Amino acid sequence: MHKEFLMGNEAIAMGALAAGVQLVAGYPGTPSTEVLETIARRNPGNVYVEWSVNEKAGLEVAAGAAYTGARALVTMKQVGLNVASDPLMSLEYIGVKGGLVVLVADDPGPISSQTEQDTRTFAMFSKVPLFDPCSVQEAYEMIQEAFDFSEKYGTPVFFRATTRIDHGYEGILIKDPQEYIRHEAQGFIKDSSRWVIFPRLSVRNHALIEKRNDELSDTLSEYPGNRILFETGAGCQKGIATHGINFMYTTDSLEGRNARILKIATPFPFPEKLALSFLEGLDEVLCIEELDPVIERALTFVCGKYGLKVKIRGKLTGDIPPAGENTPELVDRAVTGLLGPAAGRASAPETLPEPPALPVRPPVLCAGCPHRASFLAVKEAMKGKKTIYCGDIGCYTLGNAAPLDMCDTCLCMGAGIGIAQGVGHIEPDTSCFAFVGDSTFFASGITGTINAFYNQANMTLVVLDNSTTAMTGHQPHPGTGRTVMGQVVEKVSIEKVLLAIGLKVVETVDPLDFQAAVETTKRVAAQPGVKAIIFRSPCISVIRPEGKSHVDEKKCIGCKKCIKSLGCPALTLDSDGKKARIDDSLCTGCTLCEQICPADAISGGRKNGLAAGKEEA
Amino acid sequence: MRKEIILCGVGGQGTILASRLIASAAMNRDLPILTAETIGMAQRGGSVFSHIRIGEGAGSPLIPKGKADLIIGFEPGEAVRQLPFLKPDGTIVVNKRPVMPVSASLGQSAYNPQAMLDYLRQNVRHVILVDGDKATAALGSSKVLNVVLLGAALESGALGFSEEDLQKVLQERVPERFLELNRKALSWMRNR
Repeated sequence: MHKEFLMGNEAIAMGALAAGVQLVAGYPGTPSTEVLETIARRNPGNVYVEWSVNEKAGLEVAAGAAYTGARALVTMKQVGLNVASDPLMSLEYIGVKGGLVVLVADDPGPISSQTEQDTRTFAMFSKVPLFDPCSVQEAYEMIQEAFDFSEKYGTPVFFRATTRIDHGYEGILIKDPQEYIRHEAQGFIKDSSRWVIFPRLSVRNHALIEKRNDELSDTLSEYPGNRILFETGAGCQKGIATHGINFMYTTDSLEGRNARILKIATPFPFPEKLALSFLEGLDEVLCIEELDPVIERALTFVCGKYGLKVKIRGKLTGDIPPAGENTPELVDRAVTGLLGPAAGRASAPETLPEPPALPVRPPVLCAGCPHRASFLAVKEAMKGKKTIYCGDIGCYTLGNAAPLDMCDTCLCMGAGIGIAQGVGHIEPDTSCFAFVGDSTFFASGITGTINAFYNQANMTLVVLDNSTTAMTGHQPHPGTGRTVMGQVVEKVSIEKVLLAIGLKVVETVDPLDFQAAVETTKRVAAQPGVKAIIFRSPCISVIRPEGKSHVDEKKCIGCKKCIKSLGCPALTLDSDGKKARIDDSLCTGCTLCEQICPADAISGGRKNGLAAGKEEA
Repeated sequence: MRKEIILCGVGGQGTILASRLIASAAMNRDLPILTAETIGMAQRGGSVFSHIRIGEGAGSPLIPKGKADLIIGFEPGEAVRQLPFLKPDGTIVVNKRPVMPVSASLGQSAYNPQAMLDYLRQNVRHVILVDGDKATAALGSSKVLNVVLLGAALESGALGFSEEDLQKVLQERVPERFLELNRKALSWMRNR
């Protein structure tokens, strides 16, 4: 054992390695991404790791490994689970031989997601047991237990953490590589009565799963991750039931206040016997949960089932907000509402006078981001026309912000392509555009494009190819020609994919060549049917600038066109508020401002991008 | 030792690396350490923070409001934003140089950095202003702003670590060719 300062996701990865994981697959998504990246970085050499094309592919690859008896891990964020849900729902009926852990990172807030869905609820729906750790150290230990559990009961298991665990750091004790479990896979053994899903197998296994989960409820009542703390005596009348990081907020806030605490690490199957001992003698229980009221519903059910007269409070009674991330302050207020103020604490904290207006900083496209140039080119090309710009999931969703205002819809990965078709079928006079990033195109854009082509839609597909998965921290994908294990592989060509589908017009252009980008857009959008533009220019963090742009104060006429049309964070006004100024530490030399300046006052930017219009071999 | 420290600024200013350096110093002294920070979409030019909790007794990595011993603000407005976390006799180290948001350049929102500094001086007993522009110009690199601010926190005595602790961490974590630059940055406040 040794001590390391690790991010929660790193700790989960190190725990999986210690448990002898042999295959890890996943698709990037905040806050889950670092788990797979850490496995790749700390790989002792015997672990197969891949960034899969999407979560469904990743889960299927992991299932195959688990069928052979190997231990496998698949990683994703909560919305990725929706993509993987098709194989997962069936896999629960089939079961696994080697331990299979489905790591899902939930995002209360949400901080970087479309939904606030709760994987604990998904566990109930899919009947897959779930582990929910409360700290980085517990996550490290619990993922090892999750592998054992999965293998022992022959079921995939969820390992679900939330942002504050995934992205929290802690100095923790971990195993040395020589302490890792070495796991030998037995190999796949043919048995169609086990591995082929048919209605007869489904109904038989459904019954077995329900029976197993009932039994697991008893087993999990003994599991140390689920426990009762502090006031366990008969005199105690108030209890708090909580989970995950909220358990930490709760214990941090107690400051000597007495309550019986129930910590739930496996909300499904719910440890009913443990809950019964917790409820014994209590009058009132406050459930402090994030996302869905899972524990609250379970306790209300237990009270009904056993005729207990305990008042269960939480989200369903309005004591905890139904949505959003909980904070230490929110939890402390709820604890105070139940138990009264902590002794010795000032009744009213010192209040500060109202501060001056704070700077408003919504996230924006980076200075020099090629997406800005692509959006500006389409905006310029389609000026005065009736259009819809369907956006998608990635950095380019930020194209919605002023002054670009180039994202009219955003739903989920790849959805923009379908939405553009639907709008076009009802409004034939609208020019329908779907913007999709390179990684998103591979993950879930191809089927939508085939749908459009086959069903005679009229739309322009715009692939924003920055040669990386930028939003989640630059993971390789099929178009990059690299894998996470460091292999150089043949690239999947977006152009060739589109041409193979049957598209007749597929044009590639460098968006940083503004005039060429505008003309290409005009030409392509005027064609009938499904056509595509590929704006290819690498992400600013992939290519370094060779020269940065500067404003010639003598030439600048102070028209602010650069500032008002680009919204580039490197462009501000000088201290007099008269002339444009470029922040040298932010400029990446994209030259877009130079190209649109009416006074020819900006120069000096240089960037060695990929050659426009040419595909890399 | 028990210390609660918040670093705050704008995405890209180097708050995360500074938080790592403090965490390493705590690890070197074998102190319990928890941190939390902004990762993801908000990093794209948004407000970012790191919470650092050192010593026994903390459970969650987030510092409750009114409990921070020290705030290191990489930007005036961001320091004010985090001020509710500072305890009544806490210390603020703040870089005077503002980062103007796109919304202000576009005229959609107002931002008066001087008003932020005035507000801090009026409401916090221990404010240490750092001329980050002057420091990074003198040192010849805008990348070492974070270490300059750490040095200022060290000088204030509110960091809870010694100069030797931080020098050791720089030695361990900074690549050889940038080591001298970072050492100078750490002592810039004292030697200026």
